[in-house]
Amino acid sequence: MCESGDAIPSDGEVIEGIARVDESAITGESAPVIRESGGDRSAVTGGTRVLSDRIVVRITSEQGNTFIDRMISMVEGARRQKTPNEIALGILLVSLTAVFLLAVFTLPAFAHYSERAAEQSGVVNVSLPVLVALIVCLIPTTIGGLLSAIGISGIDRLVRRNVLATSGRAVEAAGDIDVLLLDKTGTITMGNRMAVAFHPAPGVSESDLAGAAQLASLADETPEGRSVFVLAKEKFNIRAREMNELSATFIPFTAQTRMSGVDVPAHEGRQATSVRKGAAQAVQAYIESLGGTYPPAVAKAVEEISRRGATPLVVSADECALGVIELKDIVKGGIRERFAQLRKMGIRTVMITGDNALTAGAIAAEAGVDDFMAQAAPEDKLQRIREEQAAGRLVAMTGDGTNDAPALAQADVGVAMNTGTQAAREAGNMVDLDSNPTKLIEIVEIGKQLLMTRGALTTFSIANDVAKYFAILPAMFLGLYAVSGSTVGPLAALNVMRLHSPQSAILSAVIFNALIIIALIPFALAGVKYRAEGAAAVLRRNVLIYGVGGVVAPFVGIKLIDIILVALRLA
Amino acid sequence: MKPHDWLQLTLFLAALVLLTPLLGRFMARVFSGEPHLLTKPLGWLERLIYRASGVDGTREMSWRGYAAALIAFNIAGCVLLAVIQMTQAWLPLNPTGLPNVPLDLAVNTAVSFMTNTNWQAYSGEATMSYFTQMAGLAVHNFTSAATGIAVALALTRGLARRTSATIGNFWADLTRSTLYVLLPLSLIFAVVLVQQGVVQTFAPYVTATTLEGAEQVIPLGPTASQIAIKQLGTNGGGFFGVNSAHPFENPTPFSNFLTMLAIFVIPSALVNMYGRLVGNQRQGWSIWAAMMALFLIGLGTMCWAEFQPNLPAAMEGKETRFGVFNSVLFATVTTDASCGAVNAMHDSLSPLAGLVAMVNMMLGEVVFGGVGAGLYGMLMFVLLTVFIAGLMVGRTPEYLGKKIEAAEIKWAVVAVLAPCVCILIGTAVSLANPVGTATLNNAGPHGLSEVLYAWTSAAANNGSAFAGIGVNNPFYNYGLTLAMFVGRFAVIIPALAIAGSLAAKKTAPASSGTFPTTGATFTLLLIAVVVIVGALTFLPALTLGPIVEHLLLQAGRTF
Repeated sequence: MCESGDAIPSDGEVIEGIARVDESAITGESAPVIRESGGDRSAVTGGTRVLSDRIVVRITSEQGNTFIDRMISMVEGARRQKTPNEIALGILLVSLTAVFLLAVFTLPAFAHYSERAAEQSGVVNVSLPVLVALIVCLIPTTIGGLLSAIGISGIDRLVRRNVLATSGRAVEAAGDIDVLLLDKTGTITMGNRMAVAFHPAPGVSESDLAGAAQLASLADETPEGRSVFVLAKEKFNIRAREMNELSATFIPFTAQTRMSGVDVPAHEGRQATSVRKGAAQAVQAYIESLGGTYPPAVAKAVEEISRRGATPLVVSADECALGVIELKDIVKGGIRERFAQLRKMGIRTVMITGDNALTAGAIAAEAGVDDFMAQAAPEDKLQRIREEQAAGRLVAMTGDGTNDAPALAQADVGVAMNTGTQAAREAGNMVDLDSNPTKLIEIVEIGKQLLMTRGALTTFSIANDVAKYFAILPAMFLGLYAVSGSTVGPLAALNVMRLHSPQSAILSAVIFNALIIIALIPFALAGVKYRAEGAAAVLRRNVLIYGVGGVVAPFVGIKLIDIILVALRLA
Repeated sequence: MKPHDWLQLTLFLAALVLLTPLLGRFMARVFSGEPHLLTKPLGWLERLIYRASGVDGTREMSWRGYAAALIAFNIAGCVLLAVIQMTQAWLPLNPTGLPNVPLDLAVNTAVSFMTNTNWQAYSGEATMSYFTQMAGLAVHNFTSAATGIAVALALTRGLARRTSATIGNFWADLTRSTLYVLLPLSLIFAVVLVQQGVVQTFAPYVTATTLEGAEQVIPLGPTASQIAIKQLGTNGGGFFGVNSAHPFENPTPFSNFLTMLAIFVIPSALVNMYGRLVGNQRQGWSIWAAMMALFLIGLGTMCWAEFQPNLPAAMEGKETRFGVFNSVLFATVTTDASCGAVNAMHDSLSPLAGLVAMVNMMLGEVVFGGVGAGLYGMLMFVLLTVFIAGLMVGRTPEYLGKKIEAAEIKWAVVAVLAPCVCILIGTAVSLANPVGTATLNNAGPHGLSEVLYAWTSAAANNGSAFAGIGVNNPFYNYGLTLAMFVGRFAVIIPALAIAGSLAAKKTAPASSGTFPTTGATFTLLLIAVVVIVGALTFLPALTLGPIVEHLLLQAGRTF
């Protein structure tokens, strides 16, 4: 049991009561959040503080495996498990190293034979330091050393965006996503329907309708109610009237009546009225029960609004239908562009909504998603994920409720909202502390960036070796097959960089090798810049930069270092 | 290069481009079990073979089962071949009365022919009886080529199938590739060769009196039948010691043209077949383009090196009957395709041309490569390319919808690097060992090239000889045997393992997020990976061999 001021001892579920909890320790968000028993906001995290009221918490996490613990271990990266991709890359790098070891340590045999063949002795420098210098330059130390840094920086970039991943594997999987399942509410739309227009009944002015609608919404604190209020004010500058000034009674919305409104008593010459707004059928029944007639024009307006995918609310004053308020899902600004980007990246978006197909279709078209699932129950989500996976696609989704947990667990990347239930948070492999479902798009980008950085550095590192051969081999074999009286043999021709001397050549290559690792650390941490475009274009650009660039850069770098060494009389 | 050289190159390429899709389509039909041209005339024979040997050709095998059948078949054949050689004196068809082959040579030759290398430490006419040549060596020319095709097929199936535990039936692949592809083509080709003047007889060697009155023994034998498969199966083991430079093996310019074409035609068509079997011909053509580009680069370099105006003695060791260009083209084709038949002395190639011949083999025999071996070898490089490229576009790498993960990379790396390891260690040991350098004909860097070439040829299962080095001694016979064995099976087993692992995977549909494995970008990248892996491994060794020799030659110094 936790009362105000208490720290919650460990992760768990609220089983009784409601409280304001300060979760700034994990989210960085200073405004406290509400945690209550039942429903989708029942999860509490160990280490957070109860600010007011009293809750009973059932601890669900084992000691040492709480959210905070996992967060710490992820960020520390100490016992970081290698992802399958890192393992595969590791195998490649180790094998390359083995080949270089072999190529370098068979060199003395070749060199000694050549010395005998040239009837020279001691002209080839295959001493251990030189061989070690060559091997150090050749083996992919750059990428090897930076591999962990790249992995951790990926996690770190997620953390900075307030997303906690339970494994590096999940971050990588995010880069491979083919299908994104997005809940409509909160992700694609603002989350709540907003009033956008008034459609008055015949004989009623629009401002009268707006006035009545505003009156009916006076006590309605829901966002929808507020939006009616605001629209009336914006359109007709109708000032708010105080509830108690009118001594009106608020009639709250119930599932049975499916209406809300106010009853205004007669006062100073004004007639008593009952203003209602609600679902078309409910209001129609209400009007008819009072003996009024429901005008066909209103019925028609209702039908039209529904067809557009918007929600109609009929407003009535006593037994007269005044008109219809059109409520619409507002698609978030910029979301269409986001989806277009995703499409370029090869990711399909699927909108999931409990709305009927008509509404869902209209919003899907407006937001530019590729597909939608209307009237989707949690089981449908799970089914859809399984179907996509059976077709070989990787699926990501976001969710918060307990009923999302199976789908979150089934998805390849499941992002749970921090406001969600403990079950959802356990089931997903990432938790978004900001509870912002749009973030999935950023997570995908980070995952891709992670792999790209790895690929770019590997390519760069291997491409570098060409130049190092051209620096060190001529240095080793400079005197070989030299005609008597000369110290320079034919293999000096391989010294294409015209490096000053064998010593300066080997030194320059080793120094370049050391410097390039340092130079690449910030790059490994920052990651390759990601742009949403087709894979072929990305490949061409990165091959050009890191492949061709990787061949050229060390030639320039080693030559520069050689010049500096000579200028400083170090070699 | 003269105009008729250009004309010949054009004809060669045109014929190859024409035959590739034709034979590719035919093989795709044969190996996917669809009715084809030869179903009616030969189908009964296939069924009879299965019934007689108690094999169920439709029973699918896991990769382990497939590999076990393949290895058992090859080892049994290898032992039998060694026994035939060591007992040939007592066996029939030995009109010249050749003695039994000693153990080390017999083992070397048996492994050599089993692994499609056809490294010959002996001279055919002086060592092998007609029976050994026909019942032993020629049979292995067929089976080793068929084995290569089988592995390529298994790997292709691994890529084409979805969540499958099996990769085909080895016995069916072996039978079909021999019966429908290798035998009919060899038959046609042998008849053409006989018409051109290749000998085909069981008569003993002929003794002739020359103009000066000296006695000369002219070796004969059932040659045409063996030459046909030697070229088509990229085996390369000549009936006679000097291989395709012998007038009885390669009598006319036309036979020379055909033998070169025969080397490339099946490896090239297999790549086309691959594209068809994985359901996208462009996949096949993209790989084919990479191979063709590497071939042309090699050929171009070799021509440039050989047609230097002031090069001394450019005709030495060349096929004087057909000219320098035909020697160069033949040398490029035979080293690219892991054939190893030769019509000129590679030892006498100019240093850079010799370098190209070596590099062609060091790349892993993936420039068209051996029958089957070229395709599965190149697919190993494709996997490595896809892995690197996949990372660079920010996705877990996938090829044809199959995720490329640790297991595939592990096996691909083994397949690519095992031959390299054999070459480097073998050459280093030979050079450091007095036994290894005792039989060298040449001093200086050329001696190093001769040793390096021998190990490269063996490990890459090429079988061509630079020559200039006596290799018929126990050190080289056993050492090169090991290299040939590793070079063959350390690629085949990984290829089959990858086939098994990929077959079991799901196939993800392509999207614009997956980078295309067709088209110029991918082809260029594939070429770059093949060249860079080869260059990084062998640059130090090549520097002290052909490269320094070239530089010395330019300075006018020879050894």
